[in-house]
Amino acid sequence: MTDTLAILAIFSGLFFFLSGSIGLLRLPDLFSRLHALAKADNVGLALIALGVIILEPVLINDIKIVFIWLLVMAASAISSHLVARRALRENRKHG
Amino acid sequence: MMSGGASTSILTIALLIALNLLLLSLLIGLIRAWLGPSVEDRFSAILLMGTGGVAMLLILAILLQVTALYDVALVLALLAVVGTVALTQSERNHD
Repeated sequence: MTDTLAILAIFSGLFFFLSGSIGLLRLPDLFSRLHALAKADNVGLALIALGVIILEPVLINDIKIVFIWLLVMAASAISSHLVARRALRENRKHG
Repeated sequence: MMSGGASTSILTIALLIALNLLLLSLLIGLIRAWLGPSVEDRFSAILLMGTGGVAMLLILAILLQVTALYDVALVLALLAVVGTVALTQSERNHD
């Protein structure tokens, strides 16, 4: 039962990861690509981390995984903000 | 080969399939990094690499029962954001 729940969570996360990377490949411009990437970063990693937390019995490791997820969420927000701001600045300079 | 791994074999097979699908997702991201017309597109592919690497390390940690891989995932998440911030800020000084 626990394994089924964990596998379900991990594969739902994989769906978000795959659709995020397909969006990164197929969408027409940079900002919509960043939008697709945010789904893979936040929801995909959250569901995979949830599945790993269900499978991991040691409490301190569960807490560590939650911190990894929080760090990745903050990191992806900051990174995509910086990339988008740089693209806007370059567009203003050259275009 | 999988001695000391996850308890049931169905879980092991599901986690291996999940790892392969994550690799496929990272491969699609690499195609974007290869094609990417602007530098920012390559940055967004790097963001996907960082998050996908963290997810792969989380699944590997539960698959191989190596708890040190959680720390590796933490360091990878930190290095991804530091690398992106350094790249986006340093290019500004050159042009």
